[in-house]
Amino acid sequence: MRRALDVLMLDEGARPLQGGDRAPGPPEGAALSRRDFLHAGIAMSGALVVGFCVPDALGAAERAPYAPNAFIRIDRHGSVTLIMPQVEMGQGIYTAVAMILAEELDADWSQVALEHAPPDDKLYANPVFGLQVTGNSNSVRSFWVPLRKAAAGTRSVLVQSAAQLWKVPPGDIRTENGEAIHAASGRRAAYGALIARAQGLSPPANVPLKDPKDFKLIGVTQRRLDTPGKVNGKVVYAIDVMPPGVKFATLASCPVFGGKVKHVDDARAKQVPGFRQVIVKDNFVAVVGDHMWAAKQGLEALDIAWDEGPNAAVSDDDVWNQLRAASRKDGAIAKTVGDADGAMSRGKVVEAAYELPFLAHATMEPMNCTVHLTPNGCDVWTGSQVLARAQATAAKVAGLPLDKVQAHNHLIGGGFGRRLETDMVASAVQIAQAVDGPVKVVWTREEDMRHDVYRPVYRDVLSAALSGGRIVAWKHRVAGSSVIARWLPPAFQKGIDIDAVDSAVDMPYDIPNFRVDYVRDEPPAVPTGFWRGVGPNNNAFAIESFMDELAGKIGKDPVAFRRDHLDKSPRLKAALELAAQKSGWGSPLPARTGRGIALQVAFGSFIATVAEAEVDTGGEVRVRRMVCIVDTGIIVNPDTVIAQLQGGLIFGLTAALYGKITIAKGRVQQGNFNDYRMMRINEAPAIEVHLIKSGEAPGGIGETGATAAPPALCNALYAATGVRLRRLPVDRDILSGRKAT
Amino acid sequence: MVSLRINGETREIDAPPDMPLLWALRDLLGLTGTKFGCGMALCGACTVHLDGAPVRSCLLPVGSVGERQITTIEGIGTSPAGAKIQKAWLDLEVVQCGYCQSGQIMSAAALLARNPHPEDADIDAAMAGNICRCGTYVRIREAIKHAARA
Repeated sequence: MRRALDVLMLDEGARPLQGGDRAPGPPEGAALSRRDFLHAGIAMSGALVVGFCVPDALGAAERAPYAPNAFIRIDRHGSVTLIMPQVEMGQGIYTAVAMILAEELDADWSQVALEHAPPDDKLYANPVFGLQVTGNSNSVRSFWVPLRKAAAGTRSVLVQSAAQLWKVPPGDIRTENGEAIHAASGRRAAYGALIARAQGLSPPANVPLKDPKDFKLIGVTQRRLDTPGKVNGKVVYAIDVMPPGVKFATLASCPVFGGKVKHVDDARAKQVPGFRQVIVKDNFVAVVGDHMWAAKQGLEALDIAWDEGPNAAVSDDDVWNQLRAASRKDGAIAKTVGDADGAMSRGKVVEAAYELPFLAHATMEPMNCTVHLTPNGCDVWTGSQVLARAQATAAKVAGLPLDKVQAHNHLIGGGFGRRLETDMVASAVQIAQAVDGPVKVVWTREEDMRHDVYRPVYRDVLSAALSGGRIVAWKHRVAGSSVIARWLPPAFQKGIDIDAVDSAVDMPYDIPNFRVDYVRDEPPAVPTGFWRGVGPNNNAFAIESFMDELAGKIGKDPVAFRRDHLDKSPRLKAALELAAQKSGWGSPLPARTGRGIALQVAFGSFIATVAEAEVDTGGEVRVRRMVCIVDTGIIVNPDTVIAQLQGGLIFGLTAALYGKITIAKGRVQQGNFNDYRMMRINEAPAIEVHLIKSGEAPGGIGETGATAAPPALCNALYAATGVRLRRLPVDRDILSGRKAT
Repeated sequence: MVSLRINGETREIDAPPDMPLLWALRDLLGLTGTKFGCGMALCGACTVHLDGAPVRSCLLPVGSVGERQITTIEGIGTSPAGAKIQKAWLDLEVVQCGYCQSGQIMSAAALLARNPHPEDADIDAAMAGNICRCGTYVRIREAIKHAARA
């Protein structure tokens, strides 16, 4: 059997995730018997990652695994378990993080097993946030050094153990594939055989990390560890957790933001087969049934009267009038260089404003949470980007101490920032308080879309002075909601949302007089949240659209104009040159077809993107091709970086072409994929991603495609039609000339 | 009681006949590989086969299935086309979050079974009903062609 006795199950019914999972796996019979054992031993394991030792004749101390830090556990059979501080939402983080650990540990990649981290804001704090958070495209870049140090320290202790055992100097021992090796004597010891001795040792301070030229795993495409169970239906997402006796619930909140329940008549609902109960809370109504169909039918059969509250008249006009007015006020200065106001008089001044709509996350896995409240505590099964917050939310609502709440994380069926919130946990615990036994709460698509936290509307006002073919002054005002002020209040300082101005304050162009200010404007009624791409969404769109407009004002080619301002950013300049080359920039195209370039420095990565799109006379757009050049520093898993750009660009194109949540009478007008469109395969362009080799520290990747695509597309549409779009999504009526800009 | 033939087995369930097959599979039979995405046959996450043809189980009443053979993601690997598609999905590393992929694989396996060498237009026609929020379309297209060559 390939696995040692310490069994790690990612999900009930799933195989453990292992480094060698694409090699011939363990015999199915063995897997089954392990699964049965887990059933017997742990009674119910929804979708937990379960560590389980088969009892044997040894004493507890000899059986104890070696757990030198929060990320690594080695048992005496040599099984290496890597505990994932960051959750897997599709970006390949479980594989990349495991590669980083295994690299410095010199573990046998085919033998590593993965485990979700438990909730713990200290042990598993993301260094950037100081909390257990997966977001901001920073899993690799923020954990890069801490994980390497943890693994290198562990390896060093194992070497010390071997040195003691063999009575040789540690410097004569090397490690490879989960073994310590003394070449001179030919002795080898598996890590598992060294852990008893390692227990008493501690790693020396400042253990040296590997020279990147010695990397064996990092930089070489490894197959993802989370995907085999995703092609055969075996992976258990939170929505798939089925504790014995589970009931099913779905809910309706007041369609108007902030509204309350006034009255509920459940006479008809009670006739629905499988109906169990109605739960009426202050701001939502839930129906519990024997299955989701009963819950859904029951909910539809309710006659609910809502008190719509103060927002019942709010419309898009209110949102935009308020934001536009706010954007005319001076904001808090986020960055200033030179004298932007004074320098404006020294050239030809250009000004433009760019506007982005509300967007829903529309994760394919709708919001859900399963809760079992017992007299002794509470189990919560969810897919969360903030597991410790999920646990704390459940504890607060249930009135339990933290240690009475078991929060179980799952592979996530799409996060995109939505699962940085814990509202679904709060609602599910409230429902569970009224239900005898476990209850799974699943949001319908409509409820998910109408009660999201939305990507804020933004208005970016830019002005610049041009002189001698160069930008001599630049002013950028970002106006919009501050998600940070709600989500991480201590980070909101001096009126500046560091996320909203991210990649505006550090934009790459060399401009001597420069100012960015921020106006916080909270939209009426509509709750806002982080959305894939976060601050760089509005800034990349505004800056790169504006750069094209400036180039146009002086009749300069958009690539050449950007190049002229990139002397201080050689990495981006190199990406730009390669993008021009690979895209065939400047070569002829058919009528009503154009190329657009967009650059960005965001999430620590340097990216140049060229979109090629055609527009028919009716204004319909076809994106033909995307070429994307990426310098993300040291690349951990190259194929994952390519995949993230391919997918992220589609995510960004979807937003640019279709994405719009609108508000009327205090409610969201969209509800499902018919009116909140997604790009489909027949619309997807060819996408080429080229990676630039680099020895710089790793950058982030998960959100970069989402921010890169919209400006590249709109610049291509301008090249194709001469029509400049300053609002998203793309308006076909403006492109066709049926409507003025 | 409703009797269903699923992945080669006959299963009896206590379900109202208007209950969509999706919920019968997931909530009554524990076959959770078939996913809920939209409830309106708009996204394809719930795709299963009825006698080999792809259908959206979120709108298909269990009472209308009758004697037809249901195949789900849990069973598709036993068909030659299904096994090829699953392998191609891993070989080309199609999957990201994976939530839509059960449905994508079911649509792709049905395509490959009836058309062993699909062209781009065939792929568009067969797969346009399946949304992938992670945007894996480029690799889905390649993986179908890869499976066709296998």
